[in-house]
Amino acid sequence: MNRVTIFSICASAGFLLYILEMVRRRKLREEYSILWLAGSVVILVLSIKQDWLVGIAHAAGIAYPPSFLFLVGILFILLILIHFSIAISKLHMMNKKMAQEIALMKNDISARGEDFPKHS
Amino acid sequence: MKIQHDTPIVVIPAYQEERSVGDLVRSLRERYPYDVLVVNDGSTDRTSESAREAGAIVLDLPCNLGIGGAVQTAFLYARDHGYDAVVRIDGDGQHEVEDIPKVLEPILAGRADAVIGSRFLGETEYRVSIPRIFGIRFFRLLVNLTTGYRVTDPTSGFFAINRSLIEFYSHHYPSDYPEVDAFILMHRLKSRAVEVPVRMYDRAEGKSSITAFRAVYYMVKVTLSYLINRIRRFG
Repeated sequence: MNRVTIFSICASAGFLLYILEMVRRRKLREEYSILWLAGSVVILVLSIKQDWLVGIAHAAGIAYPPSFLFLVGILFILLILIHFSIAISKLHMMNKKMAQEIALMKNDISARGEDFPKHS
Repeated sequence: MKIQHDTPIVVIPAYQEERSVGDLVRSLRERYPYDVLVVNDGSTDRTSESAREAGAIVLDLPCNLGIGGAVQTAFLYARDHGYDAVVRIDGDGQHEVEDIPKVLEPILAGRADAVIGSRFLGETEYRVSIPRIFGIRFFRLLVNLTTGYRVTDPTSGFFAINRSLIEFYSHHYPSDYPEVDAFILMHRLKSRAVEVPVRMYDRAEGKSSITAFRAVYYMVKVTLSYLINRIRRFG
């Protein structure tokens, strides 16, 4: 095994363990970990099974197999970013609905003549 | 506690308008029997207090949602409290209070679902800058080509809607720059929209939310969401 192989195995395995640990400690929700886990597993497998990497790269017409690894990495990052944009849009919508509900409820409470603490 | 309201409600979205909103609310209350609702869009000044002191119903949003989110809060209020007609005007004195009955009349007569106050119909003294007239012409073309409405002032924030649109908008209303988008929604609902001439003035206080720098973003964003609203499904 050459040095680059050892390096890429260690890096992707370390990354995989880190993600798993974050999920275990509940610092990362499962739904947001799936793409990270899938990405690191794919890169780990391709680092170990280099003949697979070479085979797929050639089948895809890529002359230099490690660039296929980069491609896989970039594609996963893109997917994760799109996933984040969707998640943010959803949070934005939920936040708007909650702000509107709060405004309506505050008005409702004061219309009933009860004192309501004003926000600072 | 659903009450039926026979009076229309005038809706004013306000962000940092402490200097103009009080007088506006007072002149509305003196002149008309309408209820007046100010949506305070997370202002840090005395917008909320001066509107309340002047006799408005005030909804305080806990954070700034932008014009669409603020106006939608008013539609939610109007829906929940059983109002059959909403008039929306700006809080900075740009819209002529005297023209409100004119904007409401086709709604109350049942002749229209939406009435848009246009500054370009009839006699007008409204001065429009070159970039703004370009933008308005662009959106006029977009709306007229895609909907069949004949609109002269597609970005007007002076409009009235009836119960059917209040209910629809309380579910679906664009988040920022909602006026142009609203036409495609109305078109999808087969709403009857008419324009009436109104007077508009240069802003008394504050600055327009559209600075030169944001104009391009505004055009792109509105065009995109407009075209997407054409193919979107509303559940």
